[in-house]
Parts: sequence; structure tokens; C-alpha cells
Amino acid sequence: MRDLLYMAWRYLAYHRIKTIILILSITLIVFLPAGLKILVGQSARSLTLRAESTPLIIGAKGSPLELVLNSLYFESDTPPQITFAESQRVTDSKLATAIPLYTRFSAHKFPIIGTTLDYFDFRELTIAEGRWMAVLGECALGSEVAASLDLGVGDSIVSSPESVFDLAGVYPLKMKIVGVLASNDSADDRGIFVDLKTTWIIQGLAHGHQDLATPEAASGVLKRDGNVVTANASVMQFTEITADNMDSFHFHGDPSGFPITAVIAAPHSDKAATLLRGQYLGDDELEQIVRPATVMRDLLATILTVQNYVIAGAMAIGLSALMTASLVFMLSLRLRKREIETMHRIGSAKVRVTVLLSLEIIIVLVTGILLAALLTLLASQFGEGLIRVFI
Amino acid sequence: MNAPTKRIQRFTFAVATAAAILTCFPGCSDPSVEAEQAGSPTVATVNYPLAYFAERIGGDHLVVEFPQIDGDPAFWEPKTEHIVACQQADLMLLNGANYAKWVPKVSLAQAKLVNTSADLAEKLIPLNDEVTHTHGPGGEHAHGDTAFTTWLDPQLATEQAAAIRDAFVAKWPQHEADFDSGYQALAADLEALDAATTAAFVKYGDAPLLGSHPVYQYLARRYGLKLKSVHWEPDAAPDEAMWNELDAIVSSHSAGVMLWEGEPLAETREKLAAKGIKSIVFDPCGNRPEAGDYLGVMEKNIANLGDGE
Repeated sequence: MRDLLYMAWRYLAYHRIKTIILILSITLIVFLPAGLKILVGQSARSLTLRAESTPLIIGAKGSPLELVLNSLYFESDTPPQITFAESQRVTDSKLATAIPLYTRFSAHKFPIIGTTLDYFDFRELTIAEGRWMAVLGECALGSEVAASLDLGVGDSIVSSPESVFDLAGVYPLKMKIVGVLASNDSADDRGIFVDLKTTWIIQGLAHGHQDLATPEAASGVLKRDGNVVTANASVMQFTEITADNMDSFHFHGDPSGFPITAVIAAPHSDKAATLLRGQYLGDDELEQIVRPATVMRDLLATILTVQNYVIAGAMAIGLSALMTASLVFMLSLRLRKREIETMHRIGSAKVRVTVLLSLEIIIVLVTGILLAALLTLLASQFGEGLIRVFI
Repeated sequence: MNAPTKRIQRFTFAVATAAAILTCFPGCSDPSVEAEQAGSPTVATVNYPLAYFAERIGGDHLVVEFPQIDGDPAFWEPKTEHIVACQQADLMLLNGANYAKWVPKVSLAQAKLVNTSADLAEKLIPLNDEVTHTHGPGGEHAHGDTAFTTWLDPQLATEQAAAIRDAFVAKWPQHEADFDSGYQALAADLEALDAATTAAFVKYGDAPLLGSHPVYQYLARRYGLKLKSVHWEPDAAPDEAMWNELDAIVSSHSAGVMLWEGEPLAETREKLAAKGIKSIVFDPCGNRPEAGDYLGVMEKNIANLGDGE
């Protein structure tokens, strides 16, 4: 038997190009449906895990998927804004802990996430270096942001203007990096976290400027009328918050009317969750409350339907490839007719020749299947990392 | 007994002795007490009255943190380490009424914040003498507009204490009975304080009074005082303009008593006395007193009012 195996091996090695093509064909035929199923399964797990750990999200009425994707992964377009009053409404209801999110701005293409410290407790995020932001203008970077931009505690990062042509738009704000989060293999690794009020400063709703009562600001005063001082546009506004100018920062208007993109609501009980959802059922409500797990399950149902089509297609392609491979083997036998006759003439039994040819086919099939198994194993081990890159 | 056996015995003895010492040392202090102290929840406050109320209500179950502050806690500007300490507290008690203006400018977990005057919105006293300015979007605005020494009205202080009790019970329901009994005792003391303060101010009737600083709004309202305030500091001599301002006030508000947050300078006291104005210290006790506690300071205030008759 060993001599037959040796002869089969030598034949395949001699015709290495044909052998490699056949093995790769078999590998892909077996791997495609199995690997696709594994990757889709892992994607589904990744998507649902974060969604299931987020009980409820409140946002402006519109696309629930856009709201959930933006609030969970800080991806997709910024959803329509709601006001901070919605967060206070949840807090005042005493039914849930309200965690406001404002994800409108970015820096170096990484999202700036304006929130409160409750977010870190809620997501169980920890600091790997430094500390949480403590005052306005400070930020904590996700691990991937810090690694990608080669930034750390003590460095600064500047928010990106929304449009280079919008001269009257938001001012870039230089933010001091005071902490780097430990990696938790989630979208949080790609976030720049600031206090919600810092995002309002970026938007210009809160700002610091010269004290209009001081002589240095006299040129910036348009008129004084009793206790009312009207300033002109030349009043110097600060684009970086420091210990020296911190006191001058103040809000224009009532913060409850300031914008946010969503509120994560962490209800105190199942009953509280039901009661809270009930509060958003009115027709006159301008906000919607969604269960991210349900939204993601709907999305996955669509993805799984597509997956079934893809697998069916892959199997059809695989079947045709298998038939082509069979044809290759049959044609190969015809081409080797003289070689087979020679083997008979030098005394080889018919059975041994059949076994020899079968061994060649078996070696190709087994090698292809083993390679497919290896690829499947790799997909199951490292697929999640790949998925994180794309999700 | 041969040498190797002896060495083994010595080694065994040494290991046993070391193990005994190592296990003995932690036993020298009560491990359960250490664990209790190490694991005690912490409560941070923005002023001393709230810290006092929290200590009375929380008892031994909680560690109340109020930092050493040089000056008025209302205008304190905390360093980063203080903010980080507040972030690490399990609860943070706020006075509300725009007290502690640093709070809105720092990052704190909203779920841990307890505004003790949240339910007192209609009882807060608005201020109308703030300088306003206007520029950019949002129009005219000022940077502070509410009187904040709410605890000088013992009835409001009792309501703030009730808010603290409710927050503690919600957070640590297992200690509800102890928190409630602590609150009841405190409420009784505040009621007695209210009665004593009422009695102390009865002597002054409708007589006009002066406040050295605008911090007595709630006191004046609670006890029906005719009180007008200047902006003087006890440790600084008033300048000419400030004396002129006082004269202008006294011309239409002939007060014979000025309430001070702290002991005024002797020179100021004498000059006021020459104008027929007696100086009486009524310490709002926003900061931790050097000696005694909140009730002790308030009792001293009442005694001072008696002396000022």
C-alpha cells in the first residue's frame, strides 16, 4: 500500500499546478458555506451582545435602526436631535437611570461622545491610564483612538470643524487628554469621551470669554445699560479651557433645551421598564423609545435571510465546481490511458491501478477538506476581530 | 537524632512560627471592623450643613466627606483631586439653589447627585441684583440668580434633611430604620432650633436690621426680619464707598444691628458702634466650624442675638 501511496504522491507532486488548483477548489467548496455561517453567527453575537446590554434608548422619532446604530456603535449618520430635557424627564420619572449621549462631533474621524460619568459605570469601562475627565475641556480616549493617533495622557486633541466652508459654524476646541480607557473590544475603544457640557461648548452653546466688567474688555463692549452689558463680536472667546479661564465659561440659555442625540435608559426593574415605555406611546410624543435588542434582532433576521441566499448560491457554485473537478479527473484518466496500459503490461493488477488512481483523488479531496477545516477554525478564532474592524 | 532530621525539625518549627505570626497579625485588629470601614459607602457634600445632616442620618453606616475649605464653600474652586474624590463617592449631596458654582462645570455621575432642594423650587428666593450681559445667541443672561443659604431656615433645612434620608434609603434600603431614626432625631433638633431662633428674634420685633453680606435672605423670610444687606467681609475694613453705601441705606432703614458672618475687625465694630449700629455675629456655618458642630454654632448665634438686645 505504501508503494501505491508513494506513486500517487509522486504523480500529484509532478502535476503540482493541477493538484493545487483542484485542492483549492475543494477547499473553497467546503469552506465557503461553513465559514460564512460562522462569521455571520459571530457578527450576530457581537451585535446582539451590546444591544442586549442596553435596555432602552430614547431618541427623536425616525429610524429606530439609525438611532440604535448611532447610540451603540457611534456609526451611521447622526440621528435627529432631542433636548437634554428628555434625559431629565427619565431621571425625574425615577424609573431609570438616564445616560445622555451627544455624538454629533468628531476629531480625526473618531467620534466625540458627550455623556456623563454614568456611561462608564453602565458599560463597566475602566481606565488603563490617567483618570476620568473631571472638568470641562478634558477627554478620555478609547484604547484604539490612543493607539491609532499615538496620543496619551497629557496630550491634546482638537475637535474637527463640521465644514471647512462654515465660517460661522462650531469652533474647534482643544481638549486635554486626561485618561485612556482599557480596551473592552467594543465600539467604546474607538470613542473620544467628553463631558456632555464639553460638546455644548464645541457647539457654541456654552463658552468662555473676557470678563466684560474689566477694563481690558472695554473695546468689546457695545453699550452698558445699568446692569446690562452688550458686547460686540470682537470679545475674545476661548478655544481652550484652562484653569485660568475656566470660571468664565457659562451657558447661554437653559441647558434643558440643549441638544443631545439619545438617552440610554437603564430601568430599575422590569416593571419600571414597562412603565417607562408606556410614557412614550402617546401620538403627540416627538420622541421614540426603542429596545435595541429588538431592533438588532430585526436587522439580524434580514441579514440571516440574505445569508441563506448566499449559502444557497455558494452551494450551487460548489456543486458546479465539484462537477468540474469530476470532469477534470475523468478527462485526466482518458489522457493517462497509455500510462495505465503501460502499468498493466509491466504486470500491475487492474485492482492496484484502480486503487492508485483512487488514492490520487482521495489525497486531493482529503487535503482540500483539511484546509477548509483549518480555515473554518481560523475564522472561528479570529473572525470576531475581523468583524470588529467592519462593524 | 541525626543532623538532617534536626535540620528538618528546625525548618518545620520556623515555618510553623512564621505562619503563626502571619496569621496572628491581622487578628490583632478586628478584621470585621476593618472590612466594615474599608467597605463603608462614602457620601460627599458641597457644604458643612449637608455634611452634618448626612452624618446625623447616616450614622456609622456611611463615611461623609467634606473637604477642608479655606473660605466660603459656595465659591470654592476645587482642585482636580477633590473632583476625583467626589467622582468616587457613592452619593454626592448638593444644596441646589445655584450653590457651589463649580458643580455644573465638572464631570460627575448624574445618578449619584442628590439635589436636596429639588423639591423646594417654589420656596427659593430669586436675586435681582446680578449684572447681566448679552452677546451672541441666547440673549441677555446673568451668572447667578438665587439665594443659596437655604439651611438658615430650619424648616427648609428639615426638608433638605428629608431629601437626604430618602436618597440614603433608596441607595441603601437595608439601613432604612437607622436612617429614619437618625432623621427623626435631627428633625427634632431642627424644630427646637427653629423655636429658639423665633424666640430670639422676637426681641427685635419690626426693627430694621442690617446684614454684612447678602446671605440672610432665608433667615429674614422665616423670622419676618426687616433686613437689608451690604457686601462687607468680616476680615476686611470697608472703604469709603462702602461706608457711603451704608449711610445711604441707613438713611431710609435706620438699623441698630448688623449681622455678621464672622467676628468683624475691631475698627469696623467701633466705627459701626459710633453710628449706633451694634455688631452681632450670626455665622451661617456654611463651612465646618473650628470647634463644635452645626447645632452648637446655631446655639451660639442665638446666644449672640440675646446679647445684642
